[in-house]
Amino acid sequence: MTFELVCFYFFGAVAAAAALAVISVKNPVVAALSLVLTFFSMACVWLLAQAEFLAVALVLVYVGAVMVLFLFVVMMLDVDFAPVREGFVRFLPVGVVVAGVMLTEMLMMIGVRTLQTTPTDDPALLAGMSNMEWLGHTLFRDFLLPFEVAALILTVGLIAAIPLTLRHRSGIKTQNPGRQVMVRREDRIRLVKMPAEKNREAAP
Amino acid sequence: MTTPFNPADLLAILPELVLLGATCAILLIDLFLKPGQRDITHWLSIAALAMTAYFVWRGAPDLRQATTAFNGMFLHDGISVVLKQFVLLMSGLGLLYGRNYMRERKLLIGEFYLLILFATLGMMLLVSAGSLISAYLGLELLALSSYALVALNRDSAISAEAAIKYFVLGALASGLLLYGMSMVYGATGTLELARISASIGQVEHPGWLAFGLVFIVAGIAFKLGAAPFHMWLPDVYQGAPTSVTVFIGSAPKLAAFGLAYRLLEGGLGGLSGHWTLMLAILSVFSLAIGNLFAIAQSNLKRMLAYSTISHVGFLLLGFVGAMPAGYSAAMFYAISYSLTAAVAFGMIALLARTGFECEEIEDFKGLNQRSPWYAGIMAIAMFSLAGVPPLFGFFAKLLVLKAAIDAGFLWLAIVAIVFAIIGIYYYLRVVKVMYFDTAGDATELPLPADLPMRWVISLNGLALIVLGFAWGPLFDWCNRAFGI
Repeated sequence: MTFELVCFYFFGAVAAAAALAVISVKNPVVAALSLVLTFFSMACVWLLAQAEFLAVALVLVYVGAVMVLFLFVVMMLDVDFAPVREGFVRFLPVGVVVAGVMLTEMLMMIGVRTLQTTPTDDPALLAGMSNMEWLGHTLFRDFLLPFEVAALILTVGLIAAIPLTLRHRSGIKTQNPGRQVMVRREDRIRLVKMPAEKNREAAP
Repeated sequence: MTTPFNPADLLAILPELVLLGATCAILLIDLFLKPGQRDITHWLSIAALAMTAYFVWRGAPDLRQATTAFNGMFLHDGISVVLKQFVLLMSGLGLLYGRNYMRERKLLIGEFYLLILFATLGMMLLVSAGSLISAYLGLELLALSSYALVALNRDSAISAEAAIKYFVLGALASGLLLYGMSMVYGATGTLELARISASIGQVEHPGWLAFGLVFIVAGIAFKLGAAPFHMWLPDVYQGAPTSVTVFIGSAPKLAAFGLAYRLLEGGLGGLSGHWTLMLAILSVFSLAIGNLFAIAQSNLKRMLAYSTISHVGFLLLGFVGAMPAGYSAAMFYAISYSLTAAVAFGMIALLARTGFECEEIEDFKGLNQRSPWYAGIMAIAMFSLAGVPPLFGFFAKLLVLKAAIDAGFLWLAIVAIVFAIIGIYYYLRVVKVMYFDTAGDATELPLPADLPMRWVISLNGLALIVLGFAWGPLFDWCNRAFGI
């Protein structure tokens, strides 16, 4: 068993265990952190398969943006702020474990990359292109139709969200920017000319 | 494998492009319309569907000769043409039958039309799928639009429940399907159905293929609504607004047939020894559960949902032989079922009015005294669903039974006939309630002023009789699509 294979099994096992934790733990914050670990392990597997761009995109988009947003939402659901501060200490052990496993995976990744050789039948290399260029070519040439249909599905998601969430309430106050811009000084301020001092009434 | 973009490919998907363009135009036009002008959206949507149907007809290839486009992602053959024509027809009927119902409940919003149009586009892409990924994406386009359509009536708790169930179980089904697809991809190394079919003989690990096949069959059974994967169907049909039930109860059955045909025959035809038996078992379960549970229902929409399950059992009879003649009979069955179900659901939408859903079987009491014409149309639909000669549904049943017997599944055909006879009971109960029970109020039935709907539903009902006598040309068309 080569070190590469050991790494693959390790990443795979971590991904599977973390995925199991996502659906089995009770605490939503722990579940979200486990999902981060699942994504990260999958990114490592992809790196091992030399799909660098996909792996980096997974970490940046899912771990970096989507999951962090998700964690914020989960933690903020309880708007009472005292438990949120407590959360830091409470979830510290889970966070440390996730971070520790991630660190191990990163170190293994660095180790295994120095041993890896590029396969000779890599279509991207044969065509003299980088990984990312090859991905773009595949996406916009071989998989053009599915790519466009995927865009349509996102459009449907956008359209469907509107009737399901938008409610027209009566009696709410809205702003009309056009009228706000067109407002003139005369509409808002009335300048009143007043004498500097009152005429004193004649003393009785 | 990799060819640069070929502009001729655009000609193959011209109908889809036309529909997409029209949908985007309607999306923008609808934004500028006031709620009272929704009729413009209505007729524009129907015009878009008609125009697309025209382009499908114009672009119909020489029926025997299938062409592919976009590197095999898109298939353009006789089967896709027949299915697309009927998908477009059923979607058009769904729009016509739904307008009055939605307007009375103040649900007639532009999104109703847009979601149906997008779902139609998804079905068209699905029946033309040439690879696993385009089949999956077409299916998702259809499914996402359907989930939203079911949830359209936000103030109804039962609608929300139906939508959540539909969404969760639909997502589960998509997951099963996708998992099976990943196994097949892993075993064969390609996503293209034609190449999967070609490489099935020389796969290194046939076990993976069989594993993937089980998941794919389960996913397809979920989408078709075959027992034991039918749990979502009654709740969704009952919970959805009736106008949406008209749509999701008819056209998607054709698309699901297309999905089953493309994946099982187009991709995994070499494993037919395995999947014919699975489908036979699914068929028996569907026939039994559908027909027996339908008897116990008092809600007509729920009863028709169980009847759908039993009809899916019949449809699967066409698949058990894994022969073109059987597929042709199954396609004919899907067309016949969706045309008939459209009448039955459409009639519920027609008789419903503000504050009265008309979805209980009791609500049809004495319909004959109040409106003999529509009672007659409903009776035709019920007889056709039951498979009484000489109606459309009878010949469809006859053809799939013949296909099953030809395939050597005589026992299955006998089971099907027994359950069909049991099924006649609950269809006839509706007829009995309409003709022999006295109405609660003998006043004139208040019918909606929507004349196009009343005309079209009458024509649709009469078509079931006409097609019962003249089913030859339609069956011929199905046969030619399969090259027989």
